[in-house]
Amino acid sequence: MSAVQQYIDLYHSQKNLIAGHSSPVMNALRDEAMALLESKGLPTLKDEEYRRTDIEALYAPDYGLNLGRVNIEINPYEVFRCDVPNLSTLLYFVVNDTFYTQAQPAAAKLPEGVVAGSLCEMARQYPQLVARYYGKAADMKRDGTVALNTAFAQDGFFLYIPDGVVVEKPIQLVNILRGNVDFMVNRRLLIVVGKGAQAKLLVCDHSDESSVRFLASQVCEIFVDDDAVFDYYDMEESSENTAKVASVFVRQGARSNVLVNGIVLHNGVTRSNYYSTFDGEHAELSLCGMGIVDKEQSVDTYTYIDHAVSHCHSNELFKYVLNDSARGSFCGRILVRHGAQKTEAYQGNKNLCASPLAKMYTKPQLEIYADDVKCSHGATIGQLDQNALFYMRSRGITEAEARMLLMFAFTNDVIEQVRLDALKDRLRQLVEKRFRGELAKCSGCQACR
Amino acid sequence: MLKITDLHASINGKEILKGIDLVVKPGEVHAIMGPNGSGKSTLSAVLTGNPAYEVTRGSVEFYGKDLLALSPEDRSHEGLFLSFQYPVEIPGVSMVNFMRTAVNEQRKYRGLEPLSATDFLKLMREKRAIVELDNKLASRSVNEGFSGGEKKRNEIFQMAMLEPRLSILDETDSGLDIDALRIVAGGVNKLKSEKNATIVITHYQRLLDYIAPDFVHVLYKGRIVKSGGPELALELEERGYDWIKKELGEI
Ligand SMILES: Nc1ncnc2c1ncn2[C@@H]1O[C@H](COP(=O)(O)OP(=O)(O)OP(=O)(O)O)[C@@H](O)[C@H]1O
Ligand SMILES: [Mg+2]
Repeated sequence: MSAVQQYIDLYHSQKNLIAGHSSPVMNALRDEAMALLESKGLPTLKDEEYRRTDIEALYAPDYGLNLGRVNIEINPYEVFRCDVPNLSTLLYFVVNDTFYTQAQPAAAKLPEGVVAGSLCEMARQYPQLVARYYGKAADMKRDGTVALNTAFAQDGFFLYIPDGVVVEKPIQLVNILRGNVDFMVNRRLLIVVGKGAQAKLLVCDHSDESSVRFLASQVCEIFVDDDAVFDYYDMEESSENTAKVASVFVRQGARSNVLVNGIVLHNGVTRSNYYSTFDGEHAELSLCGMGIVDKEQSVDTYTYIDHAVSHCHSNELFKYVLNDSARGSFCGRILVRHGAQKTEAYQGNKNLCASPLAKMYTKPQLEIYADDVKCSHGATIGQLDQNALFYMRSRGITEAEARMLLMFAFTNDVIEQVRLDALKDRLRQLVEKRFRGELAKCSGCQACR
Repeated sequence: MLKITDLHASINGKEILKGIDLVVKPGEVHAIMGPNGSGKSTLSAVLTGNPAYEVTRGSVEFYGKDLLALSPEDRSHEGLFLSFQYPVEIPGVSMVNFMRTAVNEQRKYRGLEPLSATDFLKLMREKRAIVELDNKLASRSVNEGFSGGEKKRNEIFQMAMLEPRLSILDETDSGLDIDALRIVAGGVNKLKSEKNATIVITHYQRLLDYIAPDFVHVLYKGRIVKSGGPELALELEERGYDWIKKELGEI
């Protein structure tokens, strides 16, 4: 039986259970999603875009799913404790793939008109609003993992910022994975930022250091309307037994400014897709990310920026540090459509293989159909600079410390892109700890102790 | 303090040092001169433990310790310092962080507590003054975008911070303008004492006008082929190396 068949069978036998524990807006897309999955299947290693991550192998195990939404006994505040002062956020939790309703900031703390909370619940309360956006950016035809997520996702997080509203305080969503058996979750995030509105969202992934395997599928749709400013930070600090398959879809209106920064500090296998489309002119996107992977971990990033209209500006920078036998892959596609004049698109992917067994694959793909554009790309895979190492050691800095300083320096310009000082500081600390080999135990999360 | 005996070393299987003997005592200044490619920088790299070089024969004693058995960092902790002919740029590592780490690692080796932030900054300020190093440079990444002369100045600043017992200055004068040469040489002299020693590698007498050597050695094809007093440097300045090659029967 192929990996996908068990999901098809499960869907047909549990359709009512799935729908019964979700909302009509989300249910409306399920049959179509399943039909697509049945005809197309999951991506395989033969698919050009998935050559470096064996999706079928990740989906093959017999995972448990919480389709009946059985309550999980957990107090996320006990599990998660933010260890860095000054990072005061509006904090929300999703435990496995269920929004945690018992503890969330009082609605009064949010600016007028802002909606934040359970996607399932908000889709019931505001069906028209959610239906206007849900599934509209996430292209199920493109990728079987997105179709599968759409067929099974029952809940997640919804954030709506009305036109003109500025949310000063960063919003933080903490995803926690917990389970006693091998477990799969299907999370869904929907973010709508109205005209001229501003917000920052930080999504953190943590998982239990137990011996069970986790597969976390996450689809995040982000709609940023004209003149809006939005930051999306995604930080994974999970465990070696966690596989994450995530897709982020961004739609940007005219003159909007979006920053997407995906950071993998600790993981098992991570596949991230970032799709972004400019729908209005003079918009700007900064798409960046970094990863620190070692042991047998792997990180595989695919980006696709669609310059559909003229006068937009995209800037991409991804940096990975690989140790031990870690694997990494970056494929960055940029499409400049016919007529998208005055496009500026820059892409950089720099990688450091700090051990001889580590492997990195990188591939830029630029497709340009307009003539008056500025585009560039650059990809490098290098080792630690031996001259710099010796220079530091000759000053009495131990080899381990010198390596750490060089690796830290390497990732620093991705951290510099963060537009939130407290988060920047926190990241610097976490990255340094990680390089010192202390992270596997992030002090932000008791689940990892 | 330093005793080099029959030192042979090679890189990529090619022998560069072919039997060096040299003794340096506290308080002394030794100048090493010699044509390009004769092995002067190789000698300094081998003494400081650059892993690119392989020692194939010989021994080096530093204060009675087997220097060659120590890691580069421990050689530094024991008081050895090299002012690089070509200082390395390290983008993303700030001078402050670099120096603080170096100073505190040295203190740790000597069983001392790390310096407090204020004490460290005070020390930086004090030592910067010795070579008149601009504060702006001290707040940048290590050597990144520094001019040739600024890099050399920065080397001597680091030397001042680490207070070595034996300093090797590899062509510290190259790239310095006339004023900078005076300032940097003045800095080296300020750091000199009865207890420490200096090996000055240079091509020109002009540096030796400031830093007066007690001994001058000529390194040629991986060997010290001639040694003498300060007058040897003056003679080389005037006559070049041909007469030495003649003495060796090469011409
Ligand atoms: N990686 C290498 N492989 C082979 N030969 C090398 C390598 N590095 C240096 N050499 C050779 O070693 C010899 C000695 O070089 P070294 O840098 O020690 O000379 P030097 O006396 O310092 O010269 P200069 O006065 O120009 O600074 C040169 O012939 C040089 O070409
Ligand atoms: Mg040299």
